[in-house]
Amino acid sequence: MKRLLAALAAGAIFGAGLALSGMADPQRVRAFLDLFGAWDPTLAFVMGGALIPMAIAWAIQRRMANPILADAFDLPPTRGIDGPLAVGAVIFGIGWGISGLCPGPAIAGLALAPSQAIVAVAAMGAGMILHRLTSR
Amino acid sequence: MIAAFPHAMPVEGLLGGLLIGLSAAILLLGNGRIAGVSGLAARATGLGTGSAPRGMAAAFIIGLPLGAAVMALLLGGVEIRYPASIWPIALGGLLVGYGTRLGSGCTSGHGVCGMSRLSLRSITATLLFMASGIATVALMRAGGLL
Repeated sequence: MKRLLAALAAGAIFGAGLALSGMADPQRVRAFLDLFGAWDPTLAFVMGGALIPMAIAWAIQRRMANPILADAFDLPPTRGIDGPLAVGAVIFGIGWGISGLCPGPAIAGLALAPSQAIVAVAAMGAGMILHRLTSR
Repeated sequence: MIAAFPHAMPVEGLLGGLLIGLSAAILLLGNGRIAGVSGLAARATGLGTGSAPRGMAAAFIIGLPLGAAVMALLLGGVEIRYPASIWPIALGGLLVGYGTRLGSGCTSGHGVCGMSRLSLRSITATLLFMASGIATVALMRAGGLL
């Protein structure tokens, strides 16, 4: 129960951060990628702001045997760089540029611009299904 | 800075970014997990085979619109400008969904959690999706699509 509440609180704080920072606005995100237009550097401040608490969290994590609410840390292995990582990141970037959307802002957008965000979330779900169908 | 970039919101961006980093820190130090939205969304819907407990993933994903709604109420509204046509949303979303699964992450997992961990894999992914996003928008601008 505590783990569920912590996850819900973390999700809500994340969503609040997206709304406050302007990152829930696809046009603002695309303006960061628009180096040859009216460039908007806001996303760089968001990324900088997010990296500070997380860098501290990683320093604390290294001194902890276990997380506060769970039995063990379950973290992705720091594997090498491979083809799927590179191709996937490039495809994601193309979709990000076309729409100005990535998964967090699209899902948070369900509360802010539901009629448009539902299309984005459904399309992302379709892309995930397509990957699942073609990867086995 | 402000004069050069009249639309920039450096203060709101920094504060919102701190909240995003705090959220990821809570999930890491509390539950021992990476706050990667694409992975948790796939896990919550059964489209991914990650190890995260499904309920925990769903709780995080449900929190996203709740927190955004509360912040919008506090601020008296948040500016949300989607593309005018449905096609960029649908095509962009499809590529985002596919790409984040193939590439094992998005702006939150690779960009925030992985880069702060100094993961070479995540730094590479972030540089690649930033570069391809910038190239895509540049091509759209050149083609008169913006």
